[in-house]
This record gives sequence, C-alpha cells and structure tokens, in this order.
Amino acid sequence: MIEVKGLVKTYGTKRAVDGVSFAVSRGEILGFLGPNGAGKSTTMKMITGFIRPTAGTATVDGIDVTADPVAVKTKLGYLPESAPAYPEMTVAEFLGFIAEVRGFRTYDAKRSQVDRAIALTHLAPVRNQTIETLSKGFKQRVGFAQALLHDPPALILDEPTDGLDPNQKIEVRSLIKSMAATKTIILSTHILEEVEAICTRVIIISRGKVVIDETPTALRARQPGARLDEIFRSLTASDV
Amino acid sequence: MKQIFPIFKREFLGYFRAPVAYVFLIAFLVISVALAFSRYGGFFKAGVASVETYFVFLPWIFVILAPAAGMRLWAEEKRSGTVELLFTLPVTTVEAVFAKFLAGWTFLTVAVLLSFPMTLTIGYLGSPDWGVVATTYLGAVLMAGAYLGVCSLMSALTKNQVVAFVLGFIVCLALLFLGFSSFTDSLEKIFPLPVADALANFSFITHFDAFTKGIVDPKDVVFFLSLMGFTLFLNVIALER
Repeated sequence: MIEVKGLVKTYGTKRAVDGVSFAVSRGEILGFLGPNGAGKSTTMKMITGFIRPTAGTATVDGIDVTADPVAVKTKLGYLPESAPAYPEMTVAEFLGFIAEVRGFRTYDAKRSQVDRAIALTHLAPVRNQTIETLSKGFKQRVGFAQALLHDPPALILDEPTDGLDPNQKIEVRSLIKSMAATKTIILSTHILEEVEAICTRVIIISRGKVVIDETPTALRARQPGARLDEIFRSLTASDV
Repeated sequence: MKQIFPIFKREFLGYFRAPVAYVFLIAFLVISVALAFSRYGGFFKAGVASVETYFVFLPWIFVILAPAAGMRLWAEEKRSGTVELLFTLPVTTVEAVFAKFLAGWTFLTVAVLLSFPMTLTIGYLGSPDWGVVATTYLGAVLMAGAYLGVCSLMSALTKNQVVAFVLGFIVCLALLFLGFSSFTDSLEKIFPLPVADALANFSFITHFDAFTKGIVDPKDVVFFLSLMGFTLFLNVIALER
C-alpha cells in the first residue's frame, strides 16, 4: 500500500533523512520510533507530499508522490504533529471545510461525512464550539476527525497521542486499532508501550537511517528481560 | 480549479469570523469620507458633482489598508502550522494562492463598494457623470487587486504578520511614490533616463488617475492585471521553494 524507497532530505549540509526505505501493507499498523530530530516527521511529511524529497520516492497505492502529489493526497488521511486547525472556526465549520475540499460538495454528502467523523471521534459535545476554546485532547480529536473524514485507505499519524491524558490515550489507541483491519496506518510516537500495545511492526529510525524494522515481539527478544526503553537506548545511543 | 471555491469561501468568511473585518471596514469608511470632507479634499469647495474628491485619496488609504487585509493570508497559516494541513489536502499551490488572493480581493472590493452612500449623496446633490463614476470604481477595484497581490506575496515570505504588514507597506508606498515628480526626479539622478522612466511607469497614481477621469486605457488595465499575475506567480514560487 505504502512503499518508501531511498528517501533522502537534506537541509543545507545536514541530512535529516538519509535513505529510508520500507513498505507497509493493508492491515498493518506501523510504529515509527526514534529520538527527537531523527527524521520521523520529515519522512512522514515526504510521504504526504508536503515536502519534496531531495532524492528517492514514496508511492501510495502505486501512485508516486513526486509525480502526482494531489492524487496521493486524496488517498491519505494525515494528522500533523500537534494537530493544527483554524482556531476561529467551530468544529463543524472546520470539518465542513475539509469535507468540501475533499470533494463532498452537496449539503447531504458533506453533512453525512462530518457526522460520521464527529461520531467516530466523540466530538458531538463540542460540535459548535470554536476550536480555539477547546482543550488539548479535543483539539487532537479534531485533527483525528479531519484525517478520517473521507475514510481514506491509508492514515499517517504524527504523534497521535501526544499531550493526551491516560484515558484519552487509551481511547485513541482503541480507535486506531478498530480501523486497522481495513486500512494501512503509520504512526509515530515517543511512547514505547504504545508500540507494544497497538503496532504490528516497528521501525526505529536514528540519524535519518532505519536501524530496526521488525515486529514488537522480535524487538523485545533482542535483550530478554530488558525494558523496552533500555533496548531503545542501546539502539539509538549514537544519536544524542 | 474546482478546489478554489471552498478555500475562497473559508478565507473570505474568515475575515468576518474575527473583529478584524469590522474594524477594517469602519476605519476605511471613516478615513476615506473624512479625507474627502477635509480641507485637503475640498468636497464642497470643488462645487462639482463628482466622486473624484473622494477617490483621489484611495491610493494613499490602500497603502495602509491593503497590507492590513493581506498580511494574514499566508503568514498566519505558516505560524499556526495550518499550512501543513492545507497542503496535505488535495489542493495545488496555484489553486490555494489564487483562492486566497480572490478572497482578499473580494473583501477589498466590498470595502470599496461600501462607499456607495457617498456616491448616492453626490447623485442627490447634483448630476454626476455616471460613466465616470463606473470607471472610477473599476479603477479602484483593479488597483486594490494590484496592491493586494504585492501584500499576499510579502505575507508568503514570512511567518510573522507584523513583518508581512511592514514589508507590504514599504513596497506599496514605493509603488505609490513612483508617480511623484520630486521622487522620479531623484531617480533620474541615480539611474539612466530610460530606467528611471520605466520605474516611473510603475506608479499606481498615474495608472489610477486615468480611471477617475473616465478613461479606461487598456494600458492601465493590463498594468494592474499583469502586476497581480506577476506577484501571484512569485507567491507560488515563494511557497514551493
């Protein structure tokens, strides 16, 4: 479904992403791990077509993002880091705008997509509240609703549980899990337990390079008895 | 191109979601009417039923108001990170730039059209040449678009709205001053004559003046339209780099 081949991004002399390659198929939840600045977000932004890779390519459903970014964007739902949204709009207005840009132009089509997204993310109580007045947890859910709105075959989530309280984290995780069967999901996170809880595969990226690409069980088996964060530390120790 | 409409709609209504639009429109109308009635405008002293005493100040007022209307177009999206959201929706940069520009232009057009009580008053007091009134409005709208093109470009260069405002103000002011002989005279001292002449051609005042006299010269129309086209082209490049 999503295939990444030799992605490179350089900023000046710094290589933020240095030849990242992997493939994710339908039904998988790929956990993207790595220290801050390792290139997780940059890689995700290149897959979504927001930034252009210096070299290499990513394909979604066989479409090359460097050749036809708009077609790729119709296939993807993307939750950017810290879930940006237009603060002066209400939740319903904002999702309505997303629906219109996503091609749901008639009143009924728009309404049914917005209602579906609001129901999935439990946003009904704040439906007519402006986004700037929402708490962090609700804002994150608005970002989620926006990504899910057009029922995309693939989801890319940049730190979906960042800043949420433990209850909200569990709720978001179960939401992600419930969608996994029919979708391809890539998510980045700092929380190692999260990877164990929901991901079917884990990629650790350090200094712009993939250092691990295996199942969480295999990762755990690398150092029997050690805690996950100890394993993470030993794998990314060079990247401080 | 079908993606232009939703972005246009969001951006245009966005002006009215914040108090900015109302402050803007009231400030514009108060300042423009006050200037026309002031002793510099000489609305009554002129003794002529014409909108010229009102519109003569428009190039000046827009030097401040166009940057105010254009500063948030891109700077705000960049600062709040929504630019990432916008450009991961199925939208091309050209569509987004055009849609946002159109929204700002429509807003400025609304501001210009809200001067209608002034025109109606003149129509009540005397019998103006309605043809000239129409060309004046056309010129004002075209000039507003050219100013806004510049300001939209400046907004795309920074993520700070204040910087966008100041840059827009400076460039618009320069485009305005190019029409004054004292300013162009000093240009002639620095540059060779053909260059100074070419620069003086960019003056908004000279191009706008013809409209207020009832003349729609294709040269002036093309000037404003091509300036819009050029700044929007640079705007797309600034966002894609």
